[in-house]
Amino acid sequence: MKIHEYQAKAVLASHGVAVPRGKVAYTLAEAVENAKELGLPVVVKAQIHAGGRGKGGGVKLARTVEDVESVAKAMLGMTLHTHQTGPEGRLVRRVLIEQGVDLDGAREFYLAVIVDRGHGGPVMMASAQGGMDIEEVAAKDPAAIVKEPIDARVGFQAFQARKLAFALGIPGPQVGAAVGFMQSLYKAFEATDCSLLEVNPLLMLKDGRLMALDAKVTFDDNALYRHPDLRELRDFDEEDPLEVEASKFNLNYIKLDGGTVGCMVNGAGLAMATMDIIKLAGGSPANFLDVGGGANAEQIRNAFRILLNDRDVKAVLINIFGGILRCDVLAEGVITAVKELSVAAPVVVRMKGNNEEKGKQMLRESGLNFLTADDMTEAAQQVVAAAKARA
Amino acid sequence: MSVLVSKDTRLLVQGMGKHGTFHALGCRDYGTNVVGGVTPGKGGTTIEGFPIFDSVEQAVRKTGANTSVVFVPPPGAADAVMESADAGLALVVCITEGIPTLDMVRAATFLEGRPTRLVGPNCPGVISPGERCKVGIMPGHIHMPGKVGVVSRSGTLTYEAVGQLTALGIGQSTCIGIGGDPVIGTTHTDALKLFNDDPGTEAIIMIGEIGGSAEEEGAAFVKKHVKKPVVGFIAGQTAPPGRRMGHAGAIIAGGKGTADEKMKAMAEAGIHVVKSPADLGAAIAKIIKRS
Repeated sequence: MKIHEYQAKAVLASHGVAVPRGKVAYTLAEAVENAKELGLPVVVKAQIHAGGRGKGGGVKLARTVEDVESVAKAMLGMTLHTHQTGPEGRLVRRVLIEQGVDLDGAREFYLAVIVDRGHGGPVMMASAQGGMDIEEVAAKDPAAIVKEPIDARVGFQAFQARKLAFALGIPGPQVGAAVGFMQSLYKAFEATDCSLLEVNPLLMLKDGRLMALDAKVTFDDNALYRHPDLRELRDFDEEDPLEVEASKFNLNYIKLDGGTVGCMVNGAGLAMATMDIIKLAGGSPANFLDVGGGANAEQIRNAFRILLNDRDVKAVLINIFGGILRCDVLAEGVITAVKELSVAAPVVVRMKGNNEEKGKQMLRESGLNFLTADDMTEAAQQVVAAAKARA
Repeated sequence: MSVLVSKDTRLLVQGMGKHGTFHALGCRDYGTNVVGGVTPGKGGTTIEGFPIFDSVEQAVRKTGANTSVVFVPPPGAADAVMESADAGLALVVCITEGIPTLDMVRAATFLEGRPTRLVGPNCPGVISPGERCKVGIMPGHIHMPGKVGVVSRSGTLTYEAVGQLTALGIGQSTCIGIGGDPVIGTTHTDALKLFNDDPGTEAIIMIGEIGGSAEEEGAAFVKKHVKKPVVGFIAGQTAPPGRRMGHAGAIIAGGKGTADEKMKAMAEAGIHVVKSPADLGAAIAKIIKRS
């Protein structure tokens, strides 16, 4: 789960990580009020779940109350386009009003904690090239990134923080502060079950103080059950409405841009493979949809409803390998859904496994016009042809 | 021959709830020697004829169990894995999906230096058809005894591959589902090593997906050590970057972990990479025919 910058900073601050003073505003009046309370100048920062906001015009300095008014007025309600938002951009509904920080003589670094799969645990990463996209640094100058793998038994140690601080070229007198900063950061990572915690840039001010000027936090969805307070930070406006709807029924749905073949599959790997084979057959998948191993008729019906809410969908492919899920249960769900929702799009069904024959027979005898296929290639070819015929 | 599970497997089921009991029966019906279950607080009772114990340690003492399968819900699953390792079991297969990543990091660290091997979590388990031994949730009837080893990060996609093999009359030595999470026990490389050393395995199917670099590491191992033919497939060739495709570990992050990279590394290692998941069985059939 992703959260906004202002929320991330509040989480960090609660674990002792220094951040600039700031307050979120939903309205123009709040923005002005916050600025007055914090004292000018302030920085007005658009709050959306995407990076690259500065370049897109989502971060602006305001020196006077009038500035704050005009900047916040323009920003609240604007559609911000960055390299991470896609062409449709993202509507700005909240802005962070933050105390201006004196950047004169300051240095910028990159610092992050991630779960590294190769190491099988968290790693603290640092780079002296603060403010830059870490992917860009990794591509151009991988040696500029230093990493410290963390031993889960003892946590992040001071000597590791010192190693990173010296590698960044932090001067001796400030190393102690840097160690403290990094240790607080790791504490926040562990205490909140993050999968990613990124401070970019980490600012070292002229007077030697360290501060997280920007912060990005992603929580481990699997651990949210034990963090009810963090769950509250979810912003549904930042998510695709169909994906939110799907998650209510324990369905894993991801919309894909420009596709015309809707698919419904059990299991994540088979769902991805089904998308791949649609592409190989000359079509384009409209979504990823995993109904899970134990889907019931009710879930199948909801899955259908969500799938067909996508207007780009011209035909539907259902690919189920029934291990636990029985094909007759699936067939019943599909038949009910197609009848209830008056589905006009052609539906290709390919099912294998438990009670396969019974499921197929139910589809045949339903009086509805299903196309059935025995293998994945045939199914993909059928559905792609059907989608093209209706394009 | 087989790897990991065989006629000698004495299986313990951790978490004998509705789900655990259902699959304990499935394993027993397939032919696995299920010696009991563990549900703390229910020790001394029986469920469907399985003796229930309060702890793994107690169960091992009473039954001589050497393997366990974990169905404990996410909050307690990592703990269950560590309990089995502490009791000295040779193999723990963790089926549970949705375990917090940092819990798994701690459990994996706990397992370091211990003789216990972990398969999973978030996996369908392990099956050796020739030994009539199934430790997991896969449909047993689609398998047949034979000489192809299958390793995969996905559940139903593995069934798909197995279904194709069986339809072509090609049997399997052992099928290992290693799971879709970012932090797992047995990796592709570990499984490839097991199959390479197993005289009962003559060819290998390796199914990966986007995210991480385990397939690249597996490919490097194949290049260096494996003389047996390997057929490979990577799911997620059309997956958009930055989105988690169902499995917690299936995500292209920072431009890394794409299907293209993995397929390229595998092809360079001499693995027969198929673009379509429908071609896995046929690719193996072609190789077997040639040899």
